[in-house]
Amino acid sequence: MLAYILRRIVYVIPIVVSVALVCFMLVHITPGDPLVAILPADASQELASQLRIAYGFDRPLPVQFGLWLWKAVNGDLGHSIATGRPVLSEVMRAVGNTVTLAIAAAMIGFTLGLFFGLLAGYFRDTWVDKVATSIAIAGVSVPHYWLGMVLVIIFSVQLNWLPAVGAGPGGSGAWGWDWEHIRYLVLPAVTTSVIPMGIVTRTVRALTGDILSQDFVEALRAKGLRETHVFRHVIKNAAPTAMAVMGLQLGYMLGGSILIETVFSWPGSGLLLNSAIFQRDLPLLQGTILVLALFFVFLNLMVDIAQAAIDPRIKRS
Amino acid sequence: MRIEKSGRSRTAAAVVILAMAAVAALPRISAAETTLRIGMTAADIPRTLGQPDQGFEGNRFTGLTMYDALTMWDLSSADKASVVIPGLATEWKVDDADKKKWTFRLRPGVIFHDGSPFNADAVVWNVEKVLKQDAPQFDPSQVGVTASRMPTLASARKIDDMTVEMITKEPDSFLPINLTNLFMASPAKWQKFYDAAQGADAKAKSQAAWAAFAKDASGTGPWKMSSFTPRERLELVKNEGYWDKARVPKVDKMVLLPMPEANARTAALLSGQVDWIEAPAPDAVAEIKQRGFGLYSNEEPHVWPWQFSRVEGSPWNDIRVRKAANLCIDREGLKDGLLAGLMVPATGTFEPGHPWRGNPTFQIKYDKPAAQKLMQEAGYGPTKKLTVKVQTSASGSGQMLPLPMNEYLQQALAECYFDVQLDVIEWNTLFTNWRRGAKDPSANGANATNVTYAAMDPFFALVRFLQSSMAPPVSNNWGYINNPKFDELVTKARQTFDPTERDKALAELHAASVDDAAFLYVAHDVAPRALSPKIKGFVQPKSWFVDFSPISMTP
Repeated sequence: MLAYILRRIVYVIPIVVSVALVCFMLVHITPGDPLVAILPADASQELASQLRIAYGFDRPLPVQFGLWLWKAVNGDLGHSIATGRPVLSEVMRAVGNTVTLAIAAAMIGFTLGLFFGLLAGYFRDTWVDKVATSIAIAGVSVPHYWLGMVLVIIFSVQLNWLPAVGAGPGGSGAWGWDWEHIRYLVLPAVTTSVIPMGIVTRTVRALTGDILSQDFVEALRAKGLRETHVFRHVIKNAAPTAMAVMGLQLGYMLGGSILIETVFSWPGSGLLLNSAIFQRDLPLLQGTILVLALFFVFLNLMVDIAQAAIDPRIKRS
Repeated sequence: MRIEKSGRSRTAAAVVILAMAAVAALPRISAAETTLRIGMTAADIPRTLGQPDQGFEGNRFTGLTMYDALTMWDLSSADKASVVIPGLATEWKVDDADKKKWTFRLRPGVIFHDGSPFNADAVVWNVEKVLKQDAPQFDPSQVGVTASRMPTLASARKIDDMTVEMITKEPDSFLPINLTNLFMASPAKWQKFYDAAQGADAKAKSQAAWAAFAKDASGTGPWKMSSFTPRERLELVKNEGYWDKARVPKVDKMVLLPMPEANARTAALLSGQVDWIEAPAPDAVAEIKQRGFGLYSNEEPHVWPWQFSRVEGSPWNDIRVRKAANLCIDREGLKDGLLAGLMVPATGTFEPGHPWRGNPTFQIKYDKPAAQKLMQEAGYGPTKKLTVKVQTSASGSGQMLPLPMNEYLQQALAECYFDVQLDVIEWNTLFTNWRRGAKDPSANGANATNVTYAAMDPFFALVRFLQSSMAPPVSNNWGYINNPKFDELVTKARQTFDPTERDKALAELHAASVDDAAFLYVAHDVAPRALSPKIKGFVQPKSWFVDFSPISMTP
């Protein structure tokens, strides 16, 4: 198992370097001036050149990449051009808020997804299956930002039950796990959860149906096992694939949703990315993308290891 | 009987307790803290260290609230044009012998929020933070948004504690207007942060000091920073010791919240999460009014134009074509239809009543027959249309509704024999191309560009577009206008130091630009904002800025 984990970690290194290179290149090939946040369009060419030198944008791209990567390896992602604040602290604060949202959404989405998926798979082609499948299709089809706006109109504007925007009465810096704060999380978490709920439902339904049709299930029943025991075997066999799907979904959610976080003014990585994109804040953009990509890579690594722990066949392959 | 007696005494006791509670509560009610919560359109809190980013919205919320400049805008009237008034300088004059030297007398008795005194040293320090590269406090991140707004200022020198000399690169009567953009941060507070900062060298320490200053800022403005959560909220409290007693805020606390999405802002207002929002969602205006919220707007020093290319071969070199385009647009129709009343039809950069308007002879209005006649004289007609191409964006700060508005123009101009092609690019790219000019390949063959502009001061409103020396790469004369009359009038305005005469010269320049149909003038934005009925005493001036001091709130 240790050899397997080490091998997976070694595979991660070139992925991380490639991710760093791609995110650096992507933000640099986009048109526009990287100093647009602090340099008005009427600024003189002399002033523009002076600032370009001050921020190191006059150097060749490979040199800029090398310097940035070296600093990044040493835990320094530079400073935001627009705010002057260290990128790492900006990203970590935003990621923390997104993690809060993602975990809440995962709890809702995965719980409902597993419930509806198992139900639909076990009662395949019955009305239960049809209802659960319809909910899943609605989950993956409804534009989540639209759903967010609808929820805000109903629960905030009309009923005045839940806040429309923000991350707590005093902002995320004063976050606490009490109802005064959690009420700010409800609408964005529900909105974020609908897509993973739909995907998990469909995946688990297909897996359950497939496993139930396999011979070993018949054998278990023939041995006289109670249906709850048979079901436990079905769950165990479905778990690796379901976990992989949930891991990916959690990864997507940890990446933050630009649309949902903007609709709810939730100060997470999606809103940070949105702001960085519109302000052409290259260090912030690069840093945010890199950190999120690393999260994704790390999460995949964890899922791979967990899968191998559950299903020894994966380790052997 | 006993029971009755007991009931009576209980009632009496309850009355006494209630009365005592009411009396105790009275002073609390009258002294209850009032908080004004504002949803801004910005995606982040504008920078708080003295020179805000995010354009004039930044100046509105984190500049003019916490800081003062030597000169300020008069924001007290909704009807009159906003003009420059004394701020931290009480008077100023240009040297009679050397018009590049200015003397500013400073306001006595002003202190920064940290208690340190405001004086000539502080002014010199603040000038050097953006102009003197070897000064410890020099901050490149503040240079761009400041130096370009006072392009001729070269240096500052202390004469005595309350007098400063400013030197410009060339004679420039606009300096007092430009100085509204230089906010005074506390040198003493910054020095404390600098002394405590960790850093490999002076530059790193300076950067760390500015970062610390931004979290715990100190200016001389009517509002003081009380707490700051980056990207989420900025809390300000009133400065009881503000030097202008008439402008000590009536509200105790102001909370600024970034809400970039219009529907989110509107929902926050309607659900009572905020008391004030900038730019409500246009399709929610009816509901906002119906629910009793106040909707405010006023003509803003902002222009939504087409800026013409005047390079060789451009169809806009023919003044008949330029005038025809200006006469072919039904601006009232655009206002009442597409924009639901949220614009002012533009008949120039400045409208009648503004001191820099002048008396143009070319009247910009909707006159389709006159426009068609001009086009026919220029050689165009129903069978020979003039193809023009305009670069625009799908969104962007100040762009209002760029695509629908350009499609409206496209349809309107088609009736005057124009064939308008739209080249839609991303906002930041359009903005960057603006400085590159019409000759640059980034113009992609366009002979007009649609970038809106602020018209607060003469340089921004007129000079950077009309003076031939402002052509790329120097500034925003995107179309390479080269009109000797404009150059002459710019020089005249810049070298006229009597404010009244200077304004007359500027009015002459503006009138000349309208007579020349230098732009296709379409609209002025009106800065719509929606306010809770609890807010009283708000005045929306004809400005990008607002004075929050006279605002009060009912419980």
